[in-house]
Amino acid sequence: MTGRVQLVIGGALSAVFLVAAAVSLVWVPHDVAALNIADRLRPPGGAYPLGTDQFGRDLLSMLMVGARSSIAVALVAVGIGMGLGVPLGLLAAANRGGWLDELVMRMNDLIFAFPALVIAILITAVFGPSAVNAILAIGIFNIPVFARVTRGAALSLWTLDYILAARVAGKGAARISVEHILPNIANLLIVQGSIQFSLGILAEAGMSYVGLGAQPPTPSWGRMLAEAQTMIYTAPALAILPGLCIVLLVLGLNLMGDGLRDALDPRLRRAAR
Amino acid sequence: MLRYAFRRLLSLGLSLLAASVVIFAVIEVIPGDPAAYMLGLNADPAAVAALRDELGLTGSPLARYLDWLGGMLTGDFGRSYTYRVPVADLVAQRLWVSLPLAAYALTLSTAIALPAGLWAAARRGGPVDFGVMGATQLGIAVPNFWFAMLLVLVFAVKLNWFSAGGFPGWEAGLVPGLKALTLPAVALALPQAAILARVMRSALIETLGQDYIRSARAKGLTRGQAIRRHAFRNALIPVLTILGLQFSFLIAGAIIIENVFFLPGLGRLIFQAITQRDLVVVESMVMLLVFAVILVTFLVDLAYAAVDPRLRRR
Repeated sequence: MTGRVQLVIGGALSAVFLVAAAVSLVWVPHDVAALNIADRLRPPGGAYPLGTDQFGRDLLSMLMVGARSSIAVALVAVGIGMGLGVPLGLLAAANRGGWLDELVMRMNDLIFAFPALVIAILITAVFGPSAVNAILAIGIFNIPVFARVTRGAALSLWTLDYILAARVAGKGAARISVEHILPNIANLLIVQGSIQFSLGILAEAGMSYVGLGAQPPTPSWGRMLAEAQTMIYTAPALAILPGLCIVLLVLGLNLMGDGLRDALDPRLRRAAR
Repeated sequence: MLRYAFRRLLSLGLSLLAASVVIFAVIEVIPGDPAAYMLGLNADPAAVAALRDELGLTGSPLARYLDWLGGMLTGDFGRSYTYRVPVADLVAQRLWVSLPLAAYALTLSTAIALPAGLWAAARRGGPVDFGVMGATQLGIAVPNFWFAMLLVLVFAVKLNWFSAGGFPGWEAGLVPGLKALTLPAVALALPQAAILARVMRSALIETLGQDYIRSARAKGLTRGQAIRRHAFRNALIPVLTILGLQFSFLIAGAIIIENVFFLPGLGRLIFQAITQRDLVVVESMVMLLVFAVILVTFLVDLAYAAVDPRLRRR
C-alpha cells in the first residue's frame, strides 16, 4: 500500500470516530444513562440501529459516547507527553553531555520502568479509580517517549552548519531550540504523536476494561466489553461491537501515522518499507 | 566487558533505589495516613491506631522507608492486611501461574513472529509479504483482552474445546495446567508477535542490503544460504532489543489477561489488593513488577554488549 492510500483510508477511519465523538457532545439517539428493561437485548433495527444491551441502553449511543471518552483520554495524554516531554528533550539536547542532559535522561529511564498500567495501579490504589487517573497514567508514560524522540532528533540538528550560524549571530540556546530546532522536528513529533495517540486508545481500553478508567455510568468501550463478558453465553453479540470500534480506530490511526510519515518526510520513505 | 557490566550493575541499583522512593512516596506519604485510608471513612479510631501500630506507621517516613527497603532486601515484603499472611508467600504462590503464562506467551510469539518476518523479508514485495504485513497491522490494532474474549467465544462457548477461564493448579498435572494457559497465552502472544514480525522483517531487509551479503552471494552462496548463515543472525540484534522493550508490555498484558480468564496469578492478586485497599500488597507488588522490568532491561543490555562489542564503550 502506498503512503497516500494509507493516509486516505486511515484518515477516513479516524474521521468517522472523531465525528461520532463530536456529535455525541450535542446529540445521541438515546439517553445512555436511562435504563429501559422492557427493551433489553433488542436485535439491531428499528429505533435501535445496533440493538440494545442488557439494561436496554442503545448500543449506538453507548459507542458514540465511548468514542468520546477514549479519544479524550488519549488526546489529553498525548498533550501531557508532548507538553512536558518536548521541552525536556530540547533542554537535554541543548545541554548535551552536561549534567542537565544526564538528569533528564536518567529520569526518563526511571519512568520507562513503570508501564502505564502500573502507574494507573499505583494512582488508583491511593486515589480510587477515575478517567483522570487513566489520563495521568498514560500521559506520564508518554513523557519519556517524546523526550527521547525530541532529544535524538535535536542532537543531530545541533551539529549542522545553520545552527552554528545562528550561534555566531548571537542567539542563545533557548532561542535556537524554539526558532530553529523545534520547527525542524515538528514533522517527527506529529508522527510520534499519532503513534502515541493510537497506543493511548489501546491503553485506555485496557484500563477501563479492568476498572481503572472511566467509572459508571459514563460508557467506555473497555467497560462495555467487561460487562459483555459476563453475558458471553447469553448475548455474545454485545462482545463484538465495542472491540470492533477499538480495532478500527486504532487501525485508522496507525495507517494515518504511516501515511503521514511518508507524506511529511520523503527521506523516511525507504527506511519505513 | 567486565567493566561495562559493573557500570550497568551500578545504574541498575540506582534505578531500583529511585523507583522504590517513588513507590514509597505515592503509597505511604501522599495519602497522609495509609491506615485510615485502608479502613475507610467510618473506621473506629482505636482500630486505625491498632493498624497503624501493626503496619509500623508510627515512625518517621525516612525510618519507615529504610525499614521497608531493608525488609525487601532480606525477602520480607510485609504482611498482607486482608489475607493475614506474608506478601512473599502470596507472591510465591501466584508466580507459578504468571511466570509460566509469560514464558508460554513469549515462546509462542517468537515461534510465530521470527519465521513470519523471515518469510516476508525473503519474499519482499510479493503476496506473502503483503499478507504478513496486513496481518501484523491488524495484530497491532487488536486489544489483547478483546482477542481473548473472541477466543473464549469461539473455542470455549461454541466449540467447547477449552474452558472459559480458571486454573486447575499444577497438582492436576502438566497437561490440564498448560491447557488452561493456552488461550490466555495465545491472546497475550498476538500483539507481541505482530510487532516482533515487523521488526524481524525490517531488520532482515536492512542486513540483506549490506555489502557482506553481496560478498557471500558473490562467493557462490544461494540467497537462502546467505540468509541462513549471515543475515538472520545479524538481524537478530534489533529483534533482541525489541524483545526486551516489549517486556513491560508483556507484564501489563498479563495483568489484564489474567483478569479475563480468572487466572489466580499476580495480576488478579494486585486487583484484589486494590479493591480491598490492601496497600501493603500493592506497594510490594508494584515494586516487584518494576524490579522485573529494570532487571530485564539490564539483562538485554548485557546480552546486547556480549553480541556487539562496539556497544561496550558507551
